[in-house]
Amino acid sequence: MFADIFINPWVDMVEAPDFLMQVLWEGLVSGILYALIALGFVLIFRSSRIFNFAQGIMVVFAALTLVGLFAMGIPAWISVGLTLVVMFVLAVTIERVVLRPLVGQPDIILFMATIGITLFLIGFGETIFGGENKVMITEELGIPTGDTVLEPFGGLLILQHLDITVVVVATLLVLALLAFLNYTQMGRAIRALGDDHQAALSVGISLQTIWVLVWFIAGIIALVTGIAWGARAGVSFALEVIAYKALPVLMLGGLESITGAIVGGLMIGILEKLFEIYWGQPLLGGNTETWFAFVLALIVLLFRPQGLFGERIIERV
Amino acid sequence: MKDTEGYVTADGRQIGGTLMEMKNITLRFGGVVAIQDISFDIREGEVRAIIGPNGAGKSSMLNVISGFYTPSEGEVWYKGQKRPPMKPFEVARQGVARTFQNIALFEGMTVLDNVMTGRLTHMTAGVASQALWWGKARNEEMENREKVERVIDFLEIQNIRKTPVGRLPYGLKKRVELARALAAEPSLLLLDEPMAGMNVEEKEDMSRFVLDVNDEFGTTICLIEHDMGVVMDLSDRVVVMDYGKKIGDGTPEEVRNNQDVIDAYLGVPH
Repeated sequence: MFADIFINPWVDMVEAPDFLMQVLWEGLVSGILYALIALGFVLIFRSSRIFNFAQGIMVVFAALTLVGLFAMGIPAWISVGLTLVVMFVLAVTIERVVLRPLVGQPDIILFMATIGITLFLIGFGETIFGGENKVMITEELGIPTGDTVLEPFGGLLILQHLDITVVVVATLLVLALLAFLNYTQMGRAIRALGDDHQAALSVGISLQTIWVLVWFIAGIIALVTGIAWGARAGVSFALEVIAYKALPVLMLGGLESITGAIVGGLMIGILEKLFEIYWGQPLLGGNTETWFAFVLALIVLLFRPQGLFGERIIERV
Repeated sequence: MKDTEGYVTADGRQIGGTLMEMKNITLRFGGVVAIQDISFDIREGEVRAIIGPNGAGKSSMLNVISGFYTPSEGEVWYKGQKRPPMKPFEVARQGVARTFQNIALFEGMTVLDNVMTGRLTHMTAGVASQALWWGKARNEEMENREKVERVIDFLEIQNIRKTPVGRLPYGLKKRVELARALAAEPSLLLLDEPMAGMNVEEKEDMSRFVLDVNDEFGTTICLIEHDMGVVMDLSDRVVVMDYGKKIGDGTPEEVRNNQDVIDAYLGVPH
């Protein structure tokens, strides 16, 4: 038993480095998606103190809209454009109908409101698109579906082209968001709004504009993750789960921190894969990926309640 | 508008016409009357002070000017036009910048980023071009950066440019807040108790900066203060409030000799 936990996994890793690389690669692919989704949460949280429970259903909704539009005979890439328009309209509507009337209410009320949005989108989505599973239009979008086989250390490493595309697109999106937040006035406005509403108003920042903007960014993220995840698992309401994978990322990285979301996402993606393959499957019969991230996050919280990168709140008395 | 000729101050500065005029402003919160029928004007280029004991309604008045409160009655005239009810960010975009009594800075951001937010009112490039870092947004960012560096130099905070604001001592935070307001190149700068909670040395520094700002940039300044000594040295004209009413208005000299003002400060029973 002792050896199974503390010795054998490491021996396996060293003995089959090509397989280790395969595991790491697959962890990275999930990790970058977790990071992207976590960024969507962080942006909304920083600019409005709202924990956006609806992020998961937004992923489903975006994917369903895309597939649905394509099914109506609209060319794939035009469908993507139209889906973005739909996500923008959704952002405007949420700001107008849900957030604006609730300005100044306690955070918990706004959180409840996002649960309301979730339930509404589930019902609305089912009514329009139907509840049955659909297939993501991967090929029609021109996303490559083959694979490349490498032979490192005389072994095998299979890289799905879909995964490569996901990693490239997600990385570019994350970098673009970082640059936007750090080097443009709009980005500064988003960060500023999270720090102090009054001060933000006094320098001419409009709450409404920023809220629409961050919800739209969350919508874009939802679409990208919806396509990436939908291409592997199909488009159904179960896709929502990917967003809850971002919860331990947020616990780990802190709700405030952009760096935390990225590093936390990658860490969880890779660690949960490693744990599943080397400890979970041999010792626990597998399926550890559903809970490992949460346990990891809880352990981190025991030692650092503010998360790895969260802002430590020190209140002067 | 009454007259637009302006006047010449004791130290020989030419003051221009009316920039902002408050006409019969009343502000109620439920049954409480915070401001009662107050009128006064702010001239271009002057340092105008609003003073009064605690709870006189000074801050409420500043909040009316900056759009945080909407007056229950009365009109606000700005640059010769009646101002419709506006949100604070719209007022800011019209060129009214302000600081806060309890310091409202973006604690997690660096001094430089904080001051850069002051330039938001001058942002014209659209979201898309900013997201893609296109020509216009890029030039604008450079230009903003240059102006901000000038303000930072002016207020002598170069050495803390990259420090997160949360780590700064109180006096410096006040200065950063002033820098952010200045970066907007405002037509009217509102200062809510800029010297509150400062020691003598910091007060002297702040007074010097306020005067320098007025001098260098010709910025019109309206400030609130309850330290009489500071106000008398700084300002050209003073409005005195007590219990929501205006009890005096004039040069520091006139106000000092006004019996109502003396009573208010010494606490004659009402």
